[in-house]
Amino acid sequence: MRLALFADIHANRQAFAACLDAARARGAERLNCLGDIVGYGADPEWAVDTVMDLVAKGAVAVRGNHDNAIGVPSDSMNAEAQAAIDWTRGRLSGEQKQFLAELPMSREEDNRLYVHSEASEPTKWRYVRDTADAARSMMATGLQITFCGHIHRPGLYSMSSTAKMTSFVPTSGIAVQLLPGRRWLAVLGSVGQPRDGDPAASFAMFDTVSREITFHRVPYDVATAAARIKANGLPHWLADRLPLGR
Amino acid sequence: MATLAMQAGAEIDGFTIGERVHRGGMATLWSVTHPGITVPLLMKVPLTSEGEDPAAIVSFEMEQMILPRLSGPHVPACFGTGDFERQAYVVMERIPGQTLYKRLGELPMPYEEVRVIGGKVATALASLHRQNVIHHDIKPSSIMFRARGEAVLIDFGLSHHRHLPDLLQEEFRLPYGTAPYMAPERLLGVRDDPRSDLFSLGVLLYFFTTGVRPFGETESLRGMRRRLWRDPYPPRELKPDYPLWLQEIVLRCLEIDPVARYPTAAQLAFDLGHPDQVKLTARAQRLSRDPLTTVWRRRFNLGAVPPRPKSDVAAQLASSPIMAVALDIGEGAEALNDTIRVTAERVLSTSPSARLACVNVLKLNRLAIDRTHDEQGQNKHVDRLVALQHWARPFGLEEGRLTVHVLEAIDPAAAILEFAALNLVDHIIIGARQNSLRRALLGSVSARVAGEAPCTVTVVRPSRLASQADGGEGDEAAEQAANAAATPPVVF
Repeated sequence: MRLALFADIHANRQAFAACLDAARARGAERLNCLGDIVGYGADPEWAVDTVMDLVAKGAVAVRGNHDNAIGVPSDSMNAEAQAAIDWTRGRLSGEQKQFLAELPMSREEDNRLYVHSEASEPTKWRYVRDTADAARSMMATGLQITFCGHIHRPGLYSMSSTAKMTSFVPTSGIAVQLLPGRRWLAVLGSVGQPRDGDPAASFAMFDTVSREITFHRVPYDVATAAARIKANGLPHWLADRLPLGR
Repeated sequence: MATLAMQAGAEIDGFTIGERVHRGGMATLWSVTHPGITVPLLMKVPLTSEGEDPAAIVSFEMEQMILPRLSGPHVPACFGTGDFERQAYVVMERIPGQTLYKRLGELPMPYEEVRVIGGKVATALASLHRQNVIHHDIKPSSIMFRARGEAVLIDFGLSHHRHLPDLLQEEFRLPYGTAPYMAPERLLGVRDDPRSDLFSLGVLLYFFTTGVRPFGETESLRGMRRRLWRDPYPPRELKPDYPLWLQEIVLRCLEIDPVARYPTAAQLAFDLGHPDQVKLTARAQRLSRDPLTTVWRRRFNLGAVPPRPKSDVAAQLASSPIMAVALDIGEGAEALNDTIRVTAERVLSTSPSARLACVNVLKLNRLAIDRTHDEQGQNKHVDRLVALQHWARPFGLEEGRLTVHVLEAIDPAAAILEFAALNLVDHIIIGARQNSLRRALLGSVSARVAGEAPCTVTVVRPSRLASQADGGEGDEAAEQAANAAATPPVVF
């Protein structure tokens, strides 16, 4: 089965729509979501509705820290993120808020784990920044492949049977086989707010038969997404960072 | 992991196992057959049982990822892979014959023979590097040859692919590879510089021409580290008749700092293909190793060397293209040639390590096999070389980056295309004539080159305005073309 994987959508309708199109054009049969559907962007209602629709059709979705903060106010967010969360809370319906609150922290499927952040303690929302973080995350699960997001920068880590680590920044459009002899942690880039210097939206495809993962970058209408953030009175930095990809 | 029985007659994924061909330290090779495949096949199976070297698994994983992505005549074609869940294997084309290792008994070999072998291996490396792969284990036993002559590189277990995770990254505390051939930067943990392969090829060229390994046979890390500061004996110190051009090439490959080596395998292949055009520097003349003061400075400044930025294989290859400029040097070509120079300057300005090959075709008459023309023909050849040098002078390129070539051929387009293919040219710049009578008669050389070239082609045309000023249109143009047609054969 061909899976599409989306992380950190952040209510960016233009980016998410472009990624959905790109994933469907590549034959995605299931579209899974790795958390942070909302926060930062100006179209949370559309983003949540879209994911609810995907989940109704069998997709897996897990909870991100921004999704969590809608129902459980967080004291660790910066001012801009907090402002966006407060604004978003006022926009969502009761049903949408309930959907976010009931998202699981992680999900297992065959030999795969889906989680928003580093997997050893998902509620701590830790980042996977390097091989040490990746090793801790992989040690915490018995499953062969973990998919996560949260840091908004794509990465691919592996651990050999003798616990040797490798790290790699994936190249867009190049398939990498997740060899069965080792464990893998794929860190997805962000759909709605990339921070690796490339403003294009990021998602990945995974083929469960060939075990190949392909990271993709999708150009989208950044100007409209940024304009909508400003038009809705959200902090301007949230708009200004989109074309910079940081 | 469940392992299937590897024995003659067994079948795995449609491949029928034949005889065991080879058992090495890391893997076993079996001859196999498949009903749908006609070429001879080999199945490589890693040694994975208890007590085997763990490197065998990792290097097999690397080969399994890289080999199916490679193509072209310089690698064995890959026909299938199986993973560790059932039976790990790679099925590849069986290259007939022996590796270069079998020829160690013949060392030292004649210079000319080693030049040809080296050129073939450099060409194969150029193809590999263009596919984003660094071999990292170039040595006689990883080199074979097809019946048609092309070098084939085998064993990609230590290789690095720019677009794939490097599983050997943290696997071994010591650099893994073949000690006598290993580039110095590998000892510092650098695995992303394609020029490491050029160093290994330099070791091979040195060994094959002198019979002596430039850095000995030491296997200890301490012994290997010496190459970070100690240069080898110049070949001419060992063999007084060693050609200057060959020492220049070999010592340039063996430079300690990768930046001082050839920037690309294609440029190395180019020099091996044109020994008479190798720019000789002080390297070519050396009769002894660097003085101890230099060596000590290198040795004790090692820590002071600033860390290099990560090298990007593709960016480095892209900045070091081989450009061929096809020039007509007859009367009336000046305006076009000036425009070509402007275009070439633009390309050179963005490619700091580009090489420029200026090419002119001396057109032979289909019927002229007349000995009396030899003397005149020779003069014409020299005149054109001089004219090409003159044209290229304004670039101010150091000599090593500029070569000039007069090709004698009946068919100019075919000659340029062949030159580009043989010399791994990345970019051809060629002029197009407008309203030329000769073009109407002979067909357009530039159009054919643009259509059939194995690389990028820029067709240069003076702007219409300029050609008007030069009388490029109307009656004057016809007159000019008629004049040109009357002068001795000028090409394109």
